[in-house]
Amino acid sequence: MKYLARVASALVLGVSAVNAGEVSLPQKETLLGLPPVPVPKDNPLTLEKAKLGKQLFEDKRFSADGAISCAHCHKPELAFSDGLPVSEGIGGQKGTRNAPTVINAAYYKTQFWDGRRPSLEAQSKDPFINPIEHGLKSHDPIVQIVRTDPDYRKQFRQAFGLEPDRITMDHVAQAIASFERTLVAGNSPFDRYQYGGDKTALSASAIRGLAVFRDKGRCVSCHVIEGSTALFTDNQFHNLGVGFDKIESRLPEIIAAYRQAKQAGKEIDETVLTQGEMSELGRFIVTGDTQDIGRFKTSTLRNIALTAPYMHDGSLKTLEEVVDFYDKGGRDNPMLDGGIRPLNLTAQEKSDLVAFMKSLTSNRFANLQSNKR
Amino acid sequence: MAVNRRQFLQRMAATGVAATLPFSLVEISWGMGKKPTTEHESFTFAYISDSHLTHIKGNQFTRNFDQGLRKAIMEVNLMSPRPDFVIYGGDLAQLGKREELDHGLELMSALRPPVHWVTGEHDFYLDMGKFWEEKISPLYYSFDHKGVHFVVLNSILTYEDWIKRWSTPMERMLNMARLDNPQGSPFMVGESQLQWLKEDLAKYDVGTPVVVLSHSPLYKIFKPWNFWTDDAEKVQKLLQRFQRVTVLHGHVHQVLYNQIGNITFYAMMATAWPWPYPVSYVQKPNQVPKLTVFMNRADPFHERDGTGWDILDMDSGAITNHYQLWMNENRTVAFDFKLEHPVDLKYQAPDKRIPPQFHY
Repeated sequence: MKYLARVASALVLGVSAVNAGEVSLPQKETLLGLPPVPVPKDNPLTLEKAKLGKQLFEDKRFSADGAISCAHCHKPELAFSDGLPVSEGIGGQKGTRNAPTVINAAYYKTQFWDGRRPSLEAQSKDPFINPIEHGLKSHDPIVQIVRTDPDYRKQFRQAFGLEPDRITMDHVAQAIASFERTLVAGNSPFDRYQYGGDKTALSASAIRGLAVFRDKGRCVSCHVIEGSTALFTDNQFHNLGVGFDKIESRLPEIIAAYRQAKQAGKEIDETVLTQGEMSELGRFIVTGDTQDIGRFKTSTLRNIALTAPYMHDGSLKTLEEVVDFYDKGGRDNPMLDGGIRPLNLTAQEKSDLVAFMKSLTSNRFANLQSNKR
Repeated sequence: MAVNRRQFLQRMAATGVAATLPFSLVEISWGMGKKPTTEHESFTFAYISDSHLTHIKGNQFTRNFDQGLRKAIMEVNLMSPRPDFVIYGGDLAQLGKREELDHGLELMSALRPPVHWVTGEHDFYLDMGKFWEEKISPLYYSFDHKGVHFVVLNSILTYEDWIKRWSTPMERMLNMARLDNPQGSPFMVGESQLQWLKEDLAKYDVGTPVVVLSHSPLYKIFKPWNFWTDDAEKVQKLLQRFQRVTVLHGHVHQVLYNQIGNITFYAMMATAWPWPYPVSYVQKPNQVPKLTVFMNRADPFHERDGTGWDILDMDSGAITNHYQLWMNENRTVAFDFKLEHPVDLKYQAPDKRIPPQFHY
């Protein structure tokens, strides 16, 4: 009865009735305001694969202590994030970075805050063998499980046409990435206003906020809105000064320590999640180019109201704090991006901007916003 | 199947995004091809130029230009191995004001290595170099470093009657600062400095590597923008007897290099803004060097694009120039001892020229 009522109200509202807990391939309606989901040629998106991916995503056996799954830090009920400033892995160990939502991660050209992996497939393998995330020594235990578990054997056969002894970690990664490609969501009030022709979809405050977003706030320079779609990211890396105060005075020493670690063969993934100071070097750790020091990837703003706290270190608790931070011109430092400068926004403009960002919640996840706020 | 964590990550790194080695982690590759017999200790220095710090009022300065210089300074300080010294290539100020030069000195004081200064026309034409000479550096001088003879020239002098033409120092400064100015006047080194140069060089034998530091190019590219030194041939003539001469200059705010006889020329990046190439911008005759592989046209919506600074390796009398190009792929131009001219290590062949940039 409850279910019927929900379907009925969804129909009345003219919105999709996709349940966040179910797996379904991206639908046109869900994607309002988004381009088609990018899918690599060697990993076609199928429902079987995505369903398998969801199961792998939630499997706690793929960790050293049997307690950590991908969903541990990417919780469906918290919009596939974890609500913490920085994430916690096995044994409650804290990492150095804020868990980004998986929703719409399929659209990023690089993965992780520093872009150190080029695809969802490549990204999905790292946390399993990071000592403070899933804590495995290698991917072997995962492959063992999927080759022997009768349910997985059956599903891999269905999804990949594979005999169990042919399953590799690459297939596991492909399935997880396929599931993540179904976690896409446009169709927010903004999309209905901007691309759906519904001029009543946004409040007056959010409409004013959109104008600030485009003009005085200069947000759109990096959080891109285009003619027929909006990813709200430029897929680039920028220095806003977030966390830079932790390293600025000792930068030469920290860089020297990083270069030593790199020459000694230490790996990026482990280094950035265990060494707080080196983590703040951001994109530099990937490129080795000093101009990239303190640069982090531009996050999409879609569903941003659901994914507090904010920034790569989770240091800002609310959207209001984020707007204040930008209004002050970030935090001054020699590597600060030139586009980041004081904005002199009025109180009204600030609250309008927040109203606008709250209008970026997809109807698919709108229930999470009303639960929280 | 048994792949451990280390092997896995190494494989990923080899095929993935982490494949690029930073400059500071590689053994410096000295020059190319056969080296001449001249021996001297190899070393590295950095070059920052054309910051154009612009005073607004009180203690306010144009933020964008401040940031370019601050960024270059921080990056130089993070270089490994540490450079022996830094050359500042001129145009620290926009209109030669004391506020601007003072502000520039304050920012530059954060640099860890010592600095050798070259004056530019934007530093000079308000007070004819008085403040520069008093507070910063002589206008022309020479020094030796690890067997290399460095000569700093003031190449932005001009004709006396032009200097006297203006009713105020600021009017003079503004007219010298303008491109395509029909009232402009070409740069020159001038007779007395040429005489000094002749005497200075007389002390050195032909095998000594010589590096000349000037603000304007010591050859002729495009007169309406003063990419030009009127008596350049006279300077070149004095340098002719040396086996290996390199001229490093600022002023043109773009990747540019050339070979005239025994002299190799490199333009250094600006931290403030990029100029277009005259050949791509105006239809008037100009002599942009044929050797040069143009840099990408800068994205006008990105304040750092087309700017940067340079790391220079000095070995066997020749220079390898690492252009540090913000928002663009870094480039290295090295002297090729077989071809006897500089070569862009990656982009020289026409089919390897730089593809258009795609950001924004």
